Amino acid sequence: MKKPFPFASALIALVSAAYFLIPLYATFQFSLQMVRGEWSLAAYRAVFASDTFIATITYSVVASLVAIMIGAAIVVPTIYWVRLKLPRLRPVIEFLSLLPLIIPPVVLVFGYIRLFGSSSYLPLTMSDQGTNFLLVMGYVVLALPYMFRSVDNGMAVIDIATLTEAAESLGASRLRTVATVIFPNVRSAIVSGAFLTFSISLGEFVLASLLNRPAFGPYLVQMGQDRAYEPAALAVMTFGLTWACMALMQYFANRKPGSRFVPRLPLSSAKGISP
Amino acid sequence: MTMAEAASPPERTVIPGPFTGLFGRIGWAWLGVLPFFAFCLMFLVAPVLYLVKGAFQNPAGEYTLDNLLALASPNIVAAFSLSIRLSLVSAGIGAIAGLLLAYAVILGGLPRWVRPAFMTFSGVASNFAGIPLAFAFIATLGRLGLATVVLRDVFGINLYGVGFNLFSFWGLAVTYLYFQLPLMLLIITPAIDGLKGEWREAAEILGANRRQYWRMVALPVLTPSVLGCFLLLFANAFGTLATVYALTGSRFAVVPIVLFQQIQGNVLYNPNLGYAIAFGMVLIMAVSNTLYLVLRARAERWQK
Repeated sequence: MKKPFPFASALIALVSAAYFLIPLYATFQFSLQMVRGEWSLAAYRAVFASDTFIATITYSVVASLVAIMIGAAIVVPTIYWVRLKLPRLRPVIEFLSLLPLIIPPVVLVFGYIRLFGSSSYLPLTMSDQGTNFLLVMGYVVLALPYMFRSVDNGMAVIDIATLTEAAESLGASRLRTVATVIFPNVRSAIVSGAFLTFSISLGEFVLASLLNRPAFGPYLVQMGQDRAYEPAALAVMTFGLTWACMALMQYFANRKPGSRFVPRLPLSSAKGISP
Repeated sequence: MTMAEAASPPERTVIPGPFTGLFGRIGWAWLGVLPFFAFCLMFLVAPVLYLVKGAFQNPAGEYTLDNLLALASPNIVAAFSLSIRLSLVSAGIGAIAGLLLAYAVILGGLPRWVRPAFMTFSGVASNFAGIPLAFAFIATLGRLGLATVVLRDVFGINLYGVGFNLFSFWGLAVTYLYFQLPLMLLIITPAIDGLKGEWREAAEILGANRRQYWRMVALPVLTPSVLGCFLLLFANAFGTLATVYALTGSRFAVVPIVLFQQIQGNVLYNPNLGYAIAFGMVLIMAVSNTLYLVLRARAERWQK
């Protein structure tokens, strides 16, 4: 018996696909219309010619990269240690790392401004360096659930206890074990969490705006108020960047621990994608 | 609770000195997690607790419930009501549309490549929120957006003539759907995959038709998952600020926008009222996420 063609399913999938793709196409088309009467990349040229664009995106890239490094430095040793020595603490650590999901960023930054404000014991918001530090810490907090999940999954598939015993019986110190045995084995998990962190913090608006930092998110909003075509070009580029981050994340998330950082040959494409 | 444990002042705990003696007695292993706890205490727990404490104090530092009572003032009630309605509508549409899409893509008998294509795209789209999303929808459904113009010139439907406005409640709901629908697809997929073939076969052997199988077997099994996902979408929409701000500036007074303005320029005359709003937001987020976890635990009964 041959099944009839699934009209209802096809209709649902087509309508959804249209809803997903039309805004992308519309944005792309709009970004090409800066010069009246012809298609051109003038909007993209205008964006790249702007010093503010270069300055803000550089600032945000640096802030995101520092947040990734601090996040990895906090999360990896902690998960390793809890899995190895303190499994009873696991629920507490898990709860804390999921807590940022229920704290809206606007509430978090409100707390920062009040707690580290002018009358506090630690007036971080009073200096540029202190505020930059707060912003980066905020990004580490926002990315904590994703970094934790990613590294925890990575740690689950390697045998930490055996690796640690092997390293210790060969005379490695604790620090050396973490740095040269554990870290390389969860490297792809860290990288996968890192790309997600990057895509969250690059265009982040709320923290950067309320801490008054010259970051990419506030710049985007300003462009949206002042210009017509550049925002569309920026949206297209941001979507492309998000796409690249996600593709890289899934690629690294699906790799086996300990495999080469760059594969010699593209033997098999990434297997079934399950985010 | 961790919240209660962490109530001590944060400044003391970042210095490991006074604690080493204490931990020495119970073993040095505790020291390994100290950086993580110090970080969470300083940059996550303490800032939130500071706001929660402030919500129960007046500017002079005396404990009071006045701030929470002041939440009942008309403009704040309006903000919470608007936020909750917008989140309910966008989560409701997102959940139903996501469930339909998940059914179509997973069980609908479409070609094999359709599922990974939608899944990959959803992974990206659920993270494509914030300001660029607002720009994309202005280019699509704004007054001069592509969809608006095509509908008007080709199909003769004037969206703005029939009362649609991107910068209004329904415009925001349509925009939110762009990250809600993919998120729903991603988080409901495991539940739909978990519908066992045996259940359908058993139902068919007992004489059930397709409709009866869905009404009496599949949907009851899926209900806790769908409700749980709905709550997650609700929380997701409730905390959204950047998309609203980029679309409407400060004109559309949802709760995060009110708090944002309060932080920027003290528009409420009473800083402690801001703490109370923050407390209310955290409370709503906490309740919906807790219910989500409870429902997920219930849904997992069937996954054994």
